[in-house]
Amino acid sequence: MSSERMALIGTILLAVVATAALLIWVERRMLGLWQDRWGPNRVGFLGLGQVVADMIKIFMKDDWIPPFADRPVFVIAPAIVMVTVLLAFAVVPIAPGVSVAGDWNVGVLFVLGMTSLAVYSVMLGGWASNNKYALLGAMRSTAQSISYEVFMGLALLGVVIQAGSFSLEDIVLAQQDGWFIGPQFLGFVLFLIAGLAETHRLPLDLPEAEHELTAGFHTEYSGMKFGMFFVGEYVAVILVSGLLTTLYFGGWLGPTWGLTLAGWSFMPLVWFVLKTGAFILFFILLRAAIPRPRYDQLMRFGWLVLLPLALLNTAVTGAFVLLRSGA
Amino acid sequence: MSAGDARSATAPLVTIEIDGRRYRVDPRRNLLEVALELGFDLPYFCWHPALGSVGACRQCAVTQFKDENDTQGRVVMACMTPCADKTRIAIAHPDALEMRASVIEMLMTNHPHDCPVCEEGGACHLQDMTVMTGHAYRRYRFHKRTHVNQDLGPFVSHEMNRCIACYRCVRFYREYAGGDDLNVFGAHHYVYFGRASDGVLESPFSGNLVEVCPTGVFTDKTYGESYTRKWDLQQAPSICHHCAVGCNIMPGERYGRLKRIENRYHGALNGYFLCDRGRYGYQHVNAQGRVRHAALRRDRGAARQPVDADTAIATLAGWLAEGRVLGIGSPRASLEANYALRALVGADRFHRGIDAETARLDDLVLETLARGPAQIATIADIEQADAVLVLGEDVLATGARIALAIRQAVRQSAYAMADAAHVPRWQDHSARLLAQEVKSPLFVCTPAATGLDGIATRTYRGAPQDLVRLAQEIVHLLDYTQPRAPGLDGDTIHLAHTIAEALKGAQRPLIVSGTGCGSAALLQVVANLCTALGRSGRKPWLALLPSECNSLGTALLGGPGLDAALARIEVGEIDTLIVLENDLFRRVPAPRLQALLMRLSHLVVIDALATPTAEAADLLLPAGAFAETDGTLVNYEGRAQRYFQVYVPEGDIRESWRWLQQVARARGQDLGDALDALIAGCAGSDPRLARIVDAAPSARFRIHGSRIPRQPHRYSGRTAMHAQRDIHEPRPPQDPDTPLAFSMEGARTGAPPAEIPIFWYPRWNSVQSVHKFQQEIGGPLRGGDPGVRLIEPGPGGHYHDRPGYRAPAELETVWLYELFGSEELSVRGDAIASRVAAPYLVLHPATAARLGLTAGATVQVEAAGQRWQAVLRVSPTFAANVAGVPRGLPGVPTFATGTVLSVREVRP
Amino acid sequence: MSRHLKEHGTPAVPPPPVSPGGLRLIVEGFFTQLLSLWRVFLHLFARRATIEYPEQKPYLPPRYRGRIVLTRDPDGQERCVACNLCAVACPVGCIALQKAETPDGRWYPEWFRINFSRCIYCGMCEEACPTYAIQLTPDYEMAEYDRRNMVYEKEHLLIAGQGKYPGYSFYRVAGLAIAGKPKGAAQHEEPPVDPRSLLP
Repeated sequence: MSSERMALIGTILLAVVATAALLIWVERRMLGLWQDRWGPNRVGFLGLGQVVADMIKIFMKDDWIPPFADRPVFVIAPAIVMVTVLLAFAVVPIAPGVSVAGDWNVGVLFVLGMTSLAVYSVMLGGWASNNKYALLGAMRSTAQSISYEVFMGLALLGVVIQAGSFSLEDIVLAQQDGWFIGPQFLGFVLFLIAGLAETHRLPLDLPEAEHELTAGFHTEYSGMKFGMFFVGEYVAVILVSGLLTTLYFGGWLGPTWGLTLAGWSFMPLVWFVLKTGAFILFFILLRAAIPRPRYDQLMRFGWLVLLPLALLNTAVTGAFVLLRSGA
Repeated sequence: MSAGDARSATAPLVTIEIDGRRYRVDPRRNLLEVALELGFDLPYFCWHPALGSVGACRQCAVTQFKDENDTQGRVVMACMTPCADKTRIAIAHPDALEMRASVIEMLMTNHPHDCPVCEEGGACHLQDMTVMTGHAYRRYRFHKRTHVNQDLGPFVSHEMNRCIACYRCVRFYREYAGGDDLNVFGAHHYVYFGRASDGVLESPFSGNLVEVCPTGVFTDKTYGESYTRKWDLQQAPSICHHCAVGCNIMPGERYGRLKRIENRYHGALNGYFLCDRGRYGYQHVNAQGRVRHAALRRDRGAARQPVDADTAIATLAGWLAEGRVLGIGSPRASLEANYALRALVGADRFHRGIDAETARLDDLVLETLARGPAQIATIADIEQADAVLVLGEDVLATGARIALAIRQAVRQSAYAMADAAHVPRWQDHSARLLAQEVKSPLFVCTPAATGLDGIATRTYRGAPQDLVRLAQEIVHLLDYTQPRAPGLDGDTIHLAHTIAEALKGAQRPLIVSGTGCGSAALLQVVANLCTALGRSGRKPWLALLPSECNSLGTALLGGPGLDAALARIEVGEIDTLIVLENDLFRRVPAPRLQALLMRLSHLVVIDALATPTAEAADLLLPAGAFAETDGTLVNYEGRAQRYFQVYVPEGDIRESWRWLQQVARARGQDLGDALDALIAGCAGSDPRLARIVDAAPSARFRIHGSRIPRQPHRYSGRTAMHAQRDIHEPRPPQDPDTPLAFSMEGARTGAPPAEIPIFWYPRWNSVQSVHKFQQEIGGPLRGGDPGVRLIEPGPGGHYHDRPGYRAPAELETVWLYELFGSEELSVRGDAIASRVAAPYLVLHPATAARLGLTAGATVQVEAAGQRWQAVLRVSPTFAANVAGVPRGLPGVPTFATGTVLSVREVRP
Repeated sequence: MSRHLKEHGTPAVPPPPVSPGGLRLIVEGFFTQLLSLWRVFLHLFARRATIEYPEQKPYLPPRYRGRIVLTRDPDGQERCVACNLCAVACPVGCIALQKAETPDGRWYPEWFRINFSRCIYCGMCEEACPTYAIQLTPDYEMAEYDRRNMVYEKEHLLIAGQGKYPGYSFYRVAGLAIAGKPKGAAQHEEPPVDPRSLLP
């Protein structure tokens, strides 16, 4: 592997993790603003020092492993979430030809596979904690993730059918004539909901619903292990936002105005970041605005509403594509 | 059982109806008593279970109906209405409610609006009754009548404006306790309860005014000096340590200071009243100079240095290991402490902390009580006696509560008259009017005048030898097989006849005596009197007063007296002497004792007081005072009673028996590490002591798994009272010795009678709540009166030989006693100390004249080489020829009974 | 469980209805959620409710329950008479004091301690106080780095003024005699009577 490639990989991973850390502040600030407050505005410029303060705090915290926990599993679980979510990033194209792993022809499937693996983290964490709240949270998470993964995949199929490829770069390029948000609006909505469920973001954070389960699967976690769950969630938010951008909003596409730097047009990167950022903010807005459903409502909605809709979307898209191709 | 009810007879029950429900009740009671006993909250003021009814306050109004068909009814006073059969009353009737509400509103018109600055507030019967009747807002717009207060001495504060004119104070003070310096003055709403002018209340029972008064007119002055509300006091049941009667008391503590003593009702003993020595004698516990840390003198002649407890224990253990040890117990220490010392040093090295003479007297008391045929009289029994002979003991000074009971005993003939006239005994005023001055026989035969002389049928003054002669003559008159006394004059023989006739004619004759005279012959002749009465077919009652609170306990525990110990020190057999809660300078003449202490290598003193003995100690271990320890005492009637720790004192102060247990542990000897181990060991050491285990439940006792809290449920300031020392609230002290807890948490109801830490009941915050804890009003507590009697009187036995008569020598000592002064502990408090007389000497006028001494002169007295100055009192009611010396009074040295004095006047 | 319910005749809880409105409900639900999102989004431009505390300070009414003080009566004497009612009213038991008495008979607290690290500022002590001595004030800036500094003794509590209730003096109303106010000199009191007089 060339050193340039290594630098690229390093830059992207670092950027992702740094963004995730920044999100600690962004989220609290945005929630504050949407609730007529200021949010953290005391530490440093605009309160940005809060990120540092929080990180120092979380690093300094006693990293306690409960004596009743299953020690090795307990330690491994938070690492899994970080690894899987970061691995999923490998195939997300940030700009033409720029991604960690390059353009894979099974990119979409790889992402789905990685997000499925992330379930293990939650499940093992909950199990190893040897705590009833943690176990209940893990069970919910497992059921929720497995259920919503189905619609996630099915919702994606519309895009894949239209683009005719599993490669994320191909999918972006297929949107040069028009973003898929138009034809695939239903698919977009389904994918968004499924994405929420996959990342355990509010309003679908039932696995860690504090009013029922204390803190769900990570009840027993503290210090940096908790921090990994915490940051992993933000990385997942970035991932899902990036995927939404890539799959439905034309990825890096956008007017380039001929702006180049050192012979390289950086506008695609700007467009990707802007779009992804907008989705991240949208995720935070969802948290601020939408109340949490009951767990049974969540599962019922998934299987009785989303699944038929996803199947319908796939069938209709397939029919259209077949009709257009004149087969 | 209210005032003077004869307990023998039982009347058939009658049916009455209260608020539509029927009850079977005793017809000899009044409606108020019955209603309270049945659990009704009926307000009252002037009625008191011991003082009877006078119908003065009009508060206990109820509606009484003529018959089944009467719907109107009429308002009557429950306390003045007998429980006739088919009586129908309504407590909740609107007429009665209105009457009660308006009565209290009238009573409150002049009340001075000062509850926040009143010591009664929060434990006030007037507050309780005002709340009970619902009088919440003052409507009276006119001016209040006011009074000027009086200074009534060191014991009782006076705030006349709070008075509601229930007359309880004068009824108690004058009629019940025989005082005459408190009276009621003025007329209509000006009535004034106080003395003719400012001055000390003279009655030895004046402190009871504090509890008798339903409001804050009379309050406890010593309590007021560092006042704390009742709800803030940490309390535990305790036993008075100031004489052998063993009254039950309730000491209260806050902020590490003992605040007050309150009466703890005991049906057979103190009932509702205490003497002032018992109530105010607690202040020695708060003494500034108390030793709070162990102190060790490392080199002879050096000063003692404070050492930590472990060093002290190790030091003592080391000295014990060297051998040549002697332990001296004490009659003012608990059975457990004495037993622990005996177990530590071995029975052959344990001596009772009293001289051989006193030890012999205590043994005689024990023997006389155990032999029979006399029944041992409780105070309740004494009140029922219809002929009383007091022989040689000034009970008002040595066991004052018994003197108060004798005062009630002389009313027996008055009760008989009342019964004959069908006047109920609770109709106190009527019964007194009917009887006028009629009293049942009481004979007071003592060396000096006593406070009971005023109600005595006849008095006799003589030296102890003369008293023995008189008693011997009575024995002869009761049983002609016994020899006559030699050389009595005609008057005395006539008196003997009168006494013998009175005793023979009585249903319940009572003989009261004790060790006060220091005369074994007197105790023997008392035993002979009982035997003679028994043989003549009477069933006599007997009350014998030993000198100290646990005299009988130490007698039961046994061991040689102090003299044997001193002899062993004298011959140089002993290196280490352990003195347990005892001041040897009160037992042994100082010159001899000082010489002996010099022969010791180590003097170890375990005591709460800074006594001269403690001053001389090489190792001083600070022991808890009575309110800081648990233990068992045996009172004059052989009743073992447990007292409990009220609070954990500061410093290294711990129970004397705990010091001994810890020393034993350091030596590898196991005396246990809590009280129950010692109780079990002590009980197992002698079959006569076996029942002390039953005196109170053990430390394992729980009510539904909970301990009994020492603190009331309103106890305040938990998170602030220690905050200046430790912001992290320390864990409350744990109590391994008793089922009580130093806490607000635990079981508040159903405490066994020996372990009731507070008399409180919803809506009854004052001491009047005690009726909620009694089986019947004036009767035993629910679950029986506390304590177990260790001595069962036998069927009687032989006469003691008639003691030989020896006329008292000129100026031979006769012991006199002072309520305030003769007792070691109480004089160490300010309040009692201010009432202690200066040392004095009493002579008969003829004796004084013969010696050329005048009354009021300062004389120098010499006894067995010790000199002191005293004021000469000349009394025509004192026995001739002998010299009266107040025993134990500060300034009077210790010497043997019967020592001949030499007296000369000191001219300035 | 069901047997138990039947025995007591309680109807079983009916199962929740399954999407009664079907598709309409879903569409409607979708748009109401969007509406919520929009409305919450608009709050981005709303006025802030935050008061930027140390720079800006809020107005607090005089009866705000903040720091506890002990006040003085119009004569400048301590109002507290050490009656212990505040201590017993305190639900957390954070007030402790000891009564003492001046030579002329006034009661006062020898020491008075409030452990503010326990205080919940409920105001029960003020309500219980019969002399208006203990009062809660609108001062709330009491934070300390060391809990021990939260223990206030009498010298920290006693203020120079009368607080919220000017003009009231307990001893002018109550019947207790003090220096300068003998028996019969309190409000609504007649001069002391002579008990030796039999006149009406």
